[in-house]
Amino acid sequence: MVNVLLSSEPLSIQACADWVMSPEAGGIDIFIGTVRNHTKGRAVVRLEFEAYDRMAISEMNKIAAEIMVRWPLHKVLIHHRTGILQVGEIPVIIAISAPHRDAAFTACRYAIDTLKQTVPIWKKEIFEDGEQWVTPTP
Amino acid sequence: MEVKVLVFGRARELAGSGSIAVHATDGATLADVIALVKTQHPAMAQLSAFSTAINGQYAAIDTLLSAGDEVAIIPPVSGG
Repeated sequence: MVNVLLSSEPLSIQACADWVMSPEAGGIDIFIGTVRNHTKGRAVVRLEFEAYDRMAISEMNKIAAEIMVRWPLHKVLIHHRTGILQVGEIPVIIAISAPHRDAAFTACRYAIDTLKQTVPIWKKEIFEDGEQWVTPTP
Repeated sequence: MEVKVLVFGRARELAGSGSIAVHATDGATLADVIALVKTQHPAMAQLSAFSTAINGQYAAIDTLLSAGDEVAIIPPVSGG
């Protein structure tokens, strides 16, 4: 089962964990992205996310479908925020349940790495003394 | 034919708009439309690297367009 969401509302860690929880799963792996308060020594005030909504949703669904095929997983959830996020807020949650932990860890890592390469979402860092669009990082 | 071009992130700021209407000749490719966009919005020449999409799917720059297609200019993504 797959659950993909692009939302301007705050993401709930508990709701995501509850959704992937299953008696058939032996473990759940959850990646939570959070807004960091600094980049290369500059203090970050907030992040502004924008998305090409329909394509972002379809690309997140592609990632979910791909990892469901590549690894033995039970449930896959990918939720991403849009709009203005303050330091400490949550832009992304990826939650995966699987019969065994190895697949959950591996698939979760693959999902966040791929999301950062393919899903059309952009963030701008707002500093105390300026702003910049974030460019991809390895 | 009329083609709608959506632009995002830094490309949107360079264009000064998130949506650009382009009148292209029949048989135009994605590359032809991008060239027209850059003519209309010279500041977009500063955008060195970007991907392109048609109707919400990544598409190669030599893809032929049809009337009513939704083109997107996708600067390097930075979600997560």
